[in-house]
Order: sequence, then structure tokens, then C-alpha cells
Amino acid sequence: MSQSIKVEDLSVFAGNTRLLGPVSFAVSPEASLVIMGETGAGKSLIAQAILGTLPASLRADGQIVVNGRDLNTLTPVERAAMWGHELATLPQEPWRALDPLMRAFPQVSETFRHVANMSAAQARRATEYAFETLDLTGAEWRLPGALSGGMAQRVAFAATTAGNAPILLADEPTKGLDAERHDKVVSLLAEVPASGGTLLTITHEVSVARRLGGQVIVLRNGQLVEQGDAETVLTTPASPYTQDLLNAAPQNWPRSKPHTAGEVVLTARDLTLARNGSPLVSGFDLTLRAGERVALTGPSGVGKTTLLDALAGLLSPVRGTVKRAPSLSRTTVQKLYQDPPAAFPPRVPLRLTLQDVARLHGTDWDRVELYLEDLGVHPSLLERRPDAVSGGELQRISIARAMTVGPRILLADEPTSRLDPITQRDTLAMLARVAAKEDIAVVLVTHDPCIASNWADRLIELA
Amino acid sequence: MRSFARSFLAALATRGLQAVIVAVIVGVVSFAMMQALPGDAAYRIAAGRYGYDMMDAAAAEAVRVELGLDRPALVQLWSWLTTLAQFDLGISAVYGTPVADEIATQLGYTMLLAAGAVVTSLLIALPLGIASGLNPGGALDRATLGVSIFLRAIPAFALGVVLVLVFAVQLKLFPVAGFKSFANLVLPSLTLGLGLASVSNRVVRDAVADAMNADWRLFARTKGLSARMTLWRHVLRNAALPVVTYVGVQLAYLIEGVVIVETVFAWPGIGHALVHAIFGRDIAMVQGTALVLGLTYVALNLIVDLACRGIDPRERSA
Amino acid sequence: MTNHPDMIMGTSQPVARVRLSPSRMLGLGLMALLAIAAIGGPALIGGDPAKQSLLHTLEGPSPAHPLGTDNLGRDMASRLLSGAQLSLSLAFLSVITAGLPGTVLGVAAAWFGGWPDRVLGAFADAVLALPGLLLVLMLAAISPGSWWALYAGISLTLWVEYFRYTRQRARIVLAEPAVEASRLLGLGPWLLIRRHLIPEIGPGLLTVAAFGAATAVTAVAALGFVSVGIRPPTAEWGVMMTELLPYWREAPFLILQPVACLVLTVLALHLSAGGARRP
Repeated sequence: MSQSIKVEDLSVFAGNTRLLGPVSFAVSPEASLVIMGETGAGKSLIAQAILGTLPASLRADGQIVVNGRDLNTLTPVERAAMWGHELATLPQEPWRALDPLMRAFPQVSETFRHVANMSAAQARRATEYAFETLDLTGAEWRLPGALSGGMAQRVAFAATTAGNAPILLADEPTKGLDAERHDKVVSLLAEVPASGGTLLTITHEVSVARRLGGQVIVLRNGQLVEQGDAETVLTTPASPYTQDLLNAAPQNWPRSKPHTAGEVVLTARDLTLARNGSPLVSGFDLTLRAGERVALTGPSGVGKTTLLDALAGLLSPVRGTVKRAPSLSRTTVQKLYQDPPAAFPPRVPLRLTLQDVARLHGTDWDRVELYLEDLGVHPSLLERRPDAVSGGELQRISIARAMTVGPRILLADEPTSRLDPITQRDTLAMLARVAAKEDIAVVLVTHDPCIASNWADRLIELA
Repeated sequence: MRSFARSFLAALATRGLQAVIVAVIVGVVSFAMMQALPGDAAYRIAAGRYGYDMMDAAAAEAVRVELGLDRPALVQLWSWLTTLAQFDLGISAVYGTPVADEIATQLGYTMLLAAGAVVTSLLIALPLGIASGLNPGGALDRATLGVSIFLRAIPAFALGVVLVLVFAVQLKLFPVAGFKSFANLVLPSLTLGLGLASVSNRVVRDAVADAMNADWRLFARTKGLSARMTLWRHVLRNAALPVVTYVGVQLAYLIEGVVIVETVFAWPGIGHALVHAIFGRDIAMVQGTALVLGLTYVALNLIVDLACRGIDPRERSA
Repeated sequence: MTNHPDMIMGTSQPVARVRLSPSRMLGLGLMALLAIAAIGGPALIGGDPAKQSLLHTLEGPSPAHPLGTDNLGRDMASRLLSGAQLSLSLAFLSVITAGLPGTVLGVAAAWFGGWPDRVLGAFADAVLALPGLLLVLMLAAISPGSWWALYAGISLTLWVEYFRYTRQRARIVLAEPAVEASRLLGLGPWLLIRRHLIPEIGPGLLTVAAFGAATAVTAVAALGFVSVGIRPPTAEWGVMMTELLPYWREAPFLILQPVACLVLTVLALHLSAGGARRP
């Protein structure tokens, strides 16, 4: 009874294929467990198995005991009755987890009212207090669509913890948040064990695991790689995979060696920009030289993407100028996108897309194949459509596609923020290598200060 | 609340403009119809009014003067449209009575039929759609899909004919045509209602299935709300939105259906009058009935717009 | 690697072939049969749809008249086939005359935006101000009984369906980062249309076309049935229903024949559209 959650030999199967496990662990009150691993490692399956929300096509095997009750002996209705009262869940996509038609305040107060069984007046006061402490004042009567990602995450946190459940499952709680909001959510989670609760966090970020501490489980392709104290696992890991995962965290990247910048390729003078009528950037200056690596950082909504669009010539500035070096044509400025599948014609095989570009710019196909080989892309992938290739592979193909044009400037808009740490590191390393070889200037938009300082030669912070 | 008032006014303005467009289209087409009448319109109208035996050149001349048929076309069109703009629907060329009076009685019958059809369709579509949506891929879902596809392929008038043959003529359960009692309402309402329900039950089903699958529904459950509470507080409202929006799409089918089904069942409404007037070349009557049908369509659309704004707070803040 | 969830979720599958669902195949097969019957049928049967024989009215099937004769002793089989020819050719032509301008204008509106978009949008709104069939009814009534008036009315009403669908979809597609990327890479309008617009809008457009054709077939029959469209003695399914309705008691199998033809055609078109409802 001392443990809140005890899991023994948990496996998840699709038919006869084992997707996860076997894993065993136990977490006590006032303790934290972090499950780490890349996308597709089966991390979320653990949370779904504990909750009992696995898709009908999957089957869980093994024993899960929550607060002394063996879940195998409970009916689905009895398991659902534990939700909110004993087990709280922080969803992966807070925007999609909030009812789009209900304002923020009632979404939280209904848990106080109907789950914690407070009176209407009590629930209102409790909700007001929750909004205050979570720094959500002013967001009470907004609809989820009008909340920022960080706000939505905190509203979901308030809504799910209002039932006062002693155990909190958080599935990728920091996904898509900028540095500042990221820290806010993590400190919120860190308070759970500190105030007597049990915390089970699923993440791919080493820094989150480090902050939360407690026990750590590392998964790879559904298999347990390593398990132990956060301190041990995160400093002296036993397995090479964990070591690789730790090295892939941006704060552990080697600093880029500064190299001599070439002639000026692009200048921006006194740029003032607006999007949909609202002013974003003002008085921005930039001189970009060949071979340079510039990082552009700043909080969400400050206008990083807008600035990139202006540099690419896709958006005309309200005031000021963007000038390419006179020898450079329009297509020498290329862009890399945050969501690689969205940057390719979706119903066309990749080979055809690359062939179109090569033909338009008179590039030999042999050359394109060389780029692909250099970026470690297997040629057979080109027969597929963009949605049938992994995000990391597709981003490398999009680098190859940009190279086919013979660019002098690459504008990269958070090109790796949706990739796993190891893939992210490898992709950015390749981008750096290719750019250095061809003396291309790169402007990288990122929300991660470690990436910015370790990867780039020069840092520009928008505020 | 101010934003609600603004979006209310915006909807009103859009639909108001649409009403003007309806009036202009109906006016111009009616005028073109009159111009295209074969032979001397005055003779035809006079013949239609007094019968061939009783009419002569003097009667035709009287009609010509009465209806102003001897002026140039553009002048006629202008006076035609200005008359319309003054809400003067004119005199029925066949009955010799004001068109507005005729329509006033017909409109009630049409509204009765339309209401009957909508109620019938809701009685069929809501339970079947909700039940299918709660268990997508189940036996009921597949069965209603099959029946829906088949029913959808039967045009309203063909369905009307089949229902008349089976229920009225063969089984003698309901009267065939006309309007004497509310028993007359059953078959035309069923004809139109089945047509509407054949599509709307799928819309309800998809809306419910989507809502049940949504991340926010699972979150509402995992934060501790019971299944029933989640249904009432979250699922129904979200599922209602696409359904009400779709009612707007179905209004076109409803108005078209009214025209055809009223004719099949000799229902004394506007649609029947319109078809009759086209057949008899009673232009004023064609114009009046088409105009009222068109404006009814616009008014119903306005109601749907406002209902959507009532359900969806996003529309208001946007 | 065999238990990697990505493999099960299908993210590592090679390019998927476009596969038609069985119901869609059935619909296309039925349409092909109907088209063959409408084109080749009259010549094969050799009957005259207009030839009356007052000695042989309302007869059941016989070797001379495989589907019987109507109230004026005309051969039902050749009348039905002649009706099929009329309905299907009109539907097919309306797909071209409504679909081509509707699609081109829809792409143009989405592509250029600004005032061309507003003007075209206003024009479409004007057509949509009235329910479709009501507009067809009014336009066809300008010149009653004329095939051309009916055809023009149907085309004038249906182009909006293509226009609206194309404009809305093209707007979304053209705003995708993929199109921005292709533009930056130097792709011209022709390649943007071929690689982005056609693959993404084409399949949905076929669905719109199939539903549009079904609407045309239904409209012709409905107007014929209420005596404001095609007129007797032309063999048209709606007209035939009106003619045969009074004789339902003596010969119920006769009135059911045009009904069955109509339902079968609309069903085949709906099935080949591949959706339970319009996109």
C-alpha cells in the first residue's frame, strides 16, 4: 500500500506483435517517475495502459496496481471511475483536449463542481484561485482557440488536477512550448511530488527528466533500455543508447567553431514588419555573409517567422528594405520548414518533386543523388510520398531539394523542433556541414537557447 | 454581448442583400418569360380568363391596356421591377384576383407541409444517427448507410408516386391528394422527410462519431466527468453544430421538394401554384410564388445562421 | 525493428496506389452499362419510340415488346432507352458546360484573390440565392418544352457547385507551405497546377461531377413529371411517369419501369461519386 502505482511485466500487443515491454516499476507518493524515449518508443502506451484507454486493436498484458487495487480485477466502468478521483492526466495536445466551444473558466470549474463535488459557489472560488495561482488571470472567458499553447496547457492542468487525484500522468507536457513556458510547466509538475502527490511523466527531453528527478526509465522501440535513479542514469548511464540520448541534448552539443565569413549576401535595413495589420518587428538590421550561421531566437509570437518571410521576399515590409547581393537571383534564397511533410506536394512521389526542381535549374540528377547520399538518404525513399517517410528523413530530403537549386542563403524555420533529440542533432549537424561545404549562409529560427548558442556563429534575439 | 449584436447585424445584412438578389432574379426571369410568350400575350390571357368562346379582339385589347403589354420592352422591365419594389405583386392573369391574396392562403399550407417534413426527418434522423454514431461500424450503422444510399437515389417525386401507390391506393391508409384533413399531411411529409433524413441521419452520425472520438471528450472523461455528464455538457453541443449547419444546406432541398411534392399530392400550397402558373403562363402568379418561395428560403437561412451563432461562441468572438 | 509502432501505423509504407472501393466500382460499372445501353440500345432493339399502335395498349412483355407497351401502344423498351439517351447526354453535357467554367473560374478566384475573387464570388452568391431546382424551373419556363432552355438552366445552376468546391479547396492548397516552398524553388504556374492543384483537387472534383450529373438527371425527370420541362410525345422518364400514372391499376409494372430506370441511374452516379454525400 506504500506504492501509488505498481506495474509488473507490462506488455502491450497488437495482435501477436509486442509493441512495448515487458516493463516493471513502482512509484510511491511524493516521488516522480520519468519515462524517456524517442517518438514511436511506446512511451504513451504505458500511460494508456494505466488509464485503460488503449485503442481497441491493442491489448495490455501484465499487472498494474493503482493505490492497492489490481486493475485486472476491475471492470472498464470501475476503471473509468478512478479517472479524476485517483488518476489525473495531463494531455499531450492541450488545445485539442479542451472543448473548443466552452470557455476556459467553466472547463476548470466543472471539475471542481462535478468531480470534487463542491457547491457552485465553492467551485467558482476554487477556480478563481486556480486561475490566479497559475498566472491565467484574463484568460477566464477566452475560448480554447484564443489561448496560447502555454495557457492551454495550464488550463488543462487546472482542469485535470481540480479533482484532487493523488497521481498525475503527464504525457509530453512540454511539446511545442517555447523556453519560458516550458520552464513554467516543468516547475508546475515538480510541485506535484513536493506536495505529496505521485508524478509520472513521459517526455523525450533530457532536461525535463533532469529537472524532475526521481526514477527514470529509458525506452527504445518499446524495449526497456535502462532503469534507475535519475542521478545515475542521467550522469553515468550504463547503456550506449542512453549516452547517445544524453549527448543529443542541445546543452551538450559541442560549440560550433567560428569560421571566416565571406562577402555580404543579404542586407536588411531598418525593417518594420506587420502581420494581419498588427506590428511585430521594428527597426531590424541584418548583414548576412556567405557561410555564416545565424540563430534567431525569441518568445513565441514575437515575429520570428514573419521576419524570415520578409528575408525570403515573401512578405513586403511596412518600412525598410531587404536586399540580396546583386549577383544573386531570387531562387538563391531557400527556406526549410518546421513541419517537413507540409513542405512537399503531398500526393506526388518525392523523386518527381526533386526531378522537377533539378530540371528547372539544370542540375544533373547525379548531383542530386550525391547530395542525398551525403545527407544519408536512401534512394529507395524517393519512390514514396512525403507522408510515408519519417520526419527526420524528410527534412534531410528537403535540404537536398534546396541544395539542388544552388542556394546562397538558407532560411530555416525551426526545422527540427518536431524531431527527436538524436535526429535533431544529426539533422542540424548535416545542415551545418552541407552549408559549410558550399559556403551557404544559414539563418536558423529556434526557441531553444542551447541550440542557438551551440550551433550558430551569431545570435540575434528578438524581444 | 456587443459582439453578438454585431454578428447578428452582419448576418442580417448578408441575408438582406440575398433577398434583394432573389427579387431581382425572379423579376427579370418572370419578365423574360412574359416576353417569350408565343403569339399575342393579350389574346392568350384573355382566352385563359374568359374562355375561347367568350373572347374577342375587344377583350384582348382590354387585357392589353390593363396589363400594359404595348410598351417597349426595357420600359416594361423597369416598370415591372419598380412595381415589384413596391411590393405590388399584381393581379393573377388567370384568376383575375390579386396574387398576394392567393399566396396568403397558399403560404400557410406550404409552411404546414415544410414543418411536417422537417419534424418527420428529425424523428427519423436523430435517433438513427445518434445510435449509429455511438457505435460506428456496427450493424445499425451499416444498415442505415445502405438504406440511406438507396433512399437518396430516389428523387422526391418518384418516392411520392411510390408512396401514393402503396399506402394510398393499395392499402388505402391515407388519402391520395388535396387537403381535407391532417391525414392528408402524412404522405407528403413522409415523402419529403424521408428524403431529408436519408442524408441528415448520416450527418448526425458523423457528428456524433467525431465528437465521441475527439481528444476533448476523452479529456473530459479522464478529468473525472461521468459519461452522462460528458455527453450533456460537451458532446451534444459540439455534435449539434455540424448538424444545424447542415440544416442550412438542406433548406434548398426542402424548398425544391415542396415545389415538386406539392404537385404530386395536389397540395394547395405555393409550390403547386407555381408549377400550375408556369403551365398556364400566368406570369404574375409565377413571379409572386417564386418570389415568396425564394424569400422564405432566405428567411429560413437567416434563422439557421442565427442558430449557429447561438451554439458556437467562436462565431461571436471572431 | 519488427515491433516498431511506426510500422504498424503505416508511416513506412511505400506509395499507396489509388484504390477504388467496391461500392464505387459497382457504381462505375452500372454507369458503364447504362451508357452502353443508351448509346447502342436503340439501334440494337430497332424499335421506334414514337410509333403508336392503338390495338396493342398497356400490354405485358412479349417477344415483340420485351417490356410491354404503354397507353398509346408504344414500345416501352425503346421509349426507356430513348429516355436514357436524353437524360444521360444532357447530364454528360452539363458536366462539361458547368464543370469546365466552374473549375477554371474557381481556380482563378483562389489564385488571384482580390477583386476577381469578389466579383466571381458575388456572381456565385447570386445564383445560390435561389434553390437550384427553382432556378432551373424558372429558366426552363422562359421557353417551355425546349431542350435547350432546360440544358442552359441546368448548366447555369450547376457551375456554381464546381466553382465553390474548387475555389474553397484551391484556396487551402495554395496557402499551404508546400506551395510556398515550390514557388521559392522556382516552379511556375503550370507545375504548381500539375503537382499541387490537380492531385489534391481532382479526386474531389470527380465526386462533385458525379453528384452534379445526378442532380441534372433528377431535374430533367422532375420537371418533365410536373409538365414544365420536356414535353410529350418525347420519350423522357418523368414525362412517361406522368403518362402512365393514370393506368397504374391496369398495368402497375409499366409505371414502375421509368421509376426504376431513374433510381438506378441516380444510384449508379451516387455510388461512383464514392461518398454518401456531397463533399
